[in-house]
Amino acid sequence: MPTTTDPHAAAGDGTAAAVPAIRFENVEKRFGDNVVLKDLNFEVAKGDRVTLIGPSGSGKTTILRLVMTLESLSDGYIYIDGEPLTHELRDGKRVARSEKAQKQIRKRIGMVFQQFNLFPNMTVLENIIEAPVHVLGQSKAEATKRAMELLESVGLPGKANAHPLQLSGGQQQRVAIARALAMDPDILLLDEVTSALDPEIVGEVLGILRHIAETTDITMLIVTHEMQFARDVSNRVMMFDGGRVVEEATPDVMFTNPQHERTQAFLHAVLGSGDGHIGTH
Amino acid sequence: MESNFEALAEAWPRILDGLWITLQLTLGGALLAMVIAVVLGLGSRLHNIVLRGLCRAIMEFFRGTSLVVQLFFFFFVLPQLGLALPAMVCGILGLGLNYGAYAAEVVRGSINSVPTGQWEATTALSMSKSQQMIRVIFPQAWALMIPSLTNYLIHMLKGTAIVSFITLADLTYHTEQLREQTDTFFAYGVSLVIYFVIAYILTLIMNALEVRAKHRLGRGESLREALTPKTPETAAAEGGRKA
Amino acid sequence: MNGLWDWDAAWAVLPELLLAFVQVTLIVTVLSTAIAAVLGLFIAILRMSVPKPIAAVITFIGDFIRMTPIVVQLLFAYWTFLTIEPLTIGIVVFGIHYSTYMAEVYRAGIDSVPKGQWEATTALSMSKRRAWTAVIVPQALRATVPALGNYAISMFKDTPFLLTIGVVEMVRAGLTFGGNNFRYMEAITLAGVIFLLASYPTSLLISRLEKRLAYNY
Ligand SMILES: Nc1ncnc2c1ncn2[C@@H]1O[C@H](COP(=O)(O)OP(=O)(O)OP(=O)(O)O)[C@@H](O)[C@H]1O
Ligand SMILES: [Mg+2]
Repeated sequence: MPTTTDPHAAAGDGTAAAVPAIRFENVEKRFGDNVVLKDLNFEVAKGDRVTLIGPSGSGKTTILRLVMTLESLSDGYIYIDGEPLTHELRDGKRVARSEKAQKQIRKRIGMVFQQFNLFPNMTVLENIIEAPVHVLGQSKAEATKRAMELLESVGLPGKANAHPLQLSGGQQQRVAIARALAMDPDILLLDEVTSALDPEIVGEVLGILRHIAETTDITMLIVTHEMQFARDVSNRVMMFDGGRVVEEATPDVMFTNPQHERTQAFLHAVLGSGDGHIGTH
Repeated sequence: MESNFEALAEAWPRILDGLWITLQLTLGGALLAMVIAVVLGLGSRLHNIVLRGLCRAIMEFFRGTSLVVQLFFFFFVLPQLGLALPAMVCGILGLGLNYGAYAAEVVRGSINSVPTGQWEATTALSMSKSQQMIRVIFPQAWALMIPSLTNYLIHMLKGTAIVSFITLADLTYHTEQLREQTDTFFAYGVSLVIYFVIAYILTLIMNALEVRAKHRLGRGESLREALTPKTPETAAAEGGRKA
Repeated sequence: MNGLWDWDAAWAVLPELLLAFVQVTLIVTVLSTAIAAVLGLFIAILRMSVPKPIAAVITFIGDFIRMTPIVVQLLFAYWTFLTIEPLTIGIVVFGIHYSTYMAEVYRAGIDSVPKGQWEATTALSMSKRRAWTAVIVPQALRATVPALGNYAISMFKDTPFLLTIGVVEMVRAGLTFGGNNFRYMEAITLAGVIFLLASYPTSLLISRLEKRLAYNY
């Protein structure tokens, strides 16, 4: 068990299920003078599929990047499974955690990027087994076997030895999903994974993500402009604006009966007249 | 005319010796330069401001003080400090440090121009700093840096022509000897052609490396494909075989 | 005669170095840069205006000059034109050598002028000559200024090659002093310092200029 100095996690010594997979506590993020997130608090329970929606520039991507430690936290705390990620409260002071400690947590988090970010100097298979072999220390045979299964499940069994750049965008994104899954993450971050794709191949990628949602218990934090997908996959939707959560609800409630006027305005703009169809940004 | 070629034939073994000196300097210098370039190039990206500053200072120093000055420093001044190195070592040190400092900038720039998404993906996969560099970033940067490195390699070859001043009997030195027996035009013509041929071969080798590096990144044809002459005959033959 | 650094020797050699710096190094750098800039442009335009086979020959000659040592070229010219002063030979050889680099820079600059600019000159029925001088070259030149500066610095640092044909530039002056006094330390070190002091600020200036020109383009 990782030791933790987080008072909340220790309090009530709750069962594992009670500890949220992700918790933001008074998170602040600034880029120079630009305060993007301020006093942000929210939780994502284990196994939850949470979709973040909100206007452009509201900080959705920033949230995912903070969880992946791709951005540094300006203030506040992020807890993963109750364990502080980048900073912790020690003797009443906010101190940065060691790179080693961060790395241990990071291994449990996977991310799929809008631009795929496959490594062009490796084949598809090499992309997938790289981290399992060199980070997790799996044997090459073991990692390859799993990689082949994953390629099969994303519908690309024949592409193991192809070069990433020889694949279509949709295929590349499916490889990127397989690469993230090969690390067996507890948490998967998806940032507009279909917005770099042509409309006709968006469906194939969403189908695979839906399948993952149905067949695994990975906690998912999703940023998307595909409201239909948000509705299909997630069990909670959070509306962001001005660096805060203005509303959160189940997809059904959120898309049919939003309470907050910001949400209403946003959904109206994105969904058009509210017929629940896929909106583009 | 007759005597030109006779003199050349007579001097040829010595010219080959000189050529060997030139090649040793070029290749030795290139190897040293590459090591220095990688060390300084990576060093100048460090977070630690002292180390980074030091690497940058070394780069600027060796770029700024002129190759010939450095060669002569190693050869004439170091002995005064009690460190008398063989001329060949001085030559390789001077060439390697000078061009290593130039190439370090190329290494640094190429690494910086690998897209951020690639770095972020390595973080998302929890790779360590060294894994990130060795397995993902450097292989991609390598393809970017080859053309500039080729330029510096040719510069280095050209720079070796000064080494007779530190007592090395290189290609240029032996051409000078040849001139005393032949027409000026003939002697230097031979010399220039030999230098050009070496430079050309080096360029071809570097181009081959570039084709290979790019192919590994999934861009462009493989080296074998690039080297296969695409005459209509072979195309027709291949078509015939398939049919 | 021992001791790492002898200030007396340093003060004694410094005036000689500075004299060589002004009389040779600077003059060669400035004049050769001018030759390289003009000749390079001439080569670049010539190569684009002549039939393909002739252009190929010009390209080959350029490659040949660029890929062979300037030292050998200096010696070649020196022994061929024995009546001409070595300094003049140096200026011309440096100018020609670097013009082959500049020609490549101009070519890239000309290539980077959008095709639409050519089409516009045609649409306006401008003469070919007018199109070159009024439209294409001015645009191409802008991108070439920093490159010209960088080659000038490169040439500056190459000037010690002139010692092979007996020109007393800084390093030759230093070696002579060193040989006479059995001390090379001060002379060679100071020569290096002068090179560094002159080239580093200049290269900083050029990279600033480069950024400015790039943004405003
Ligand atoms: N690296 C950065 N440097 C400076 N500002 C940044 C940076 N990254 C993001 N920002 C700013 O932070 C704010 C939030 O950006 P973010 O990308 O998180 O928005 P988003 O909600 O994902 O928007 P979108 O829907 O357009 O993707 C924006 O105002 C953006 O300009
Ligand atoms: Mg975003």
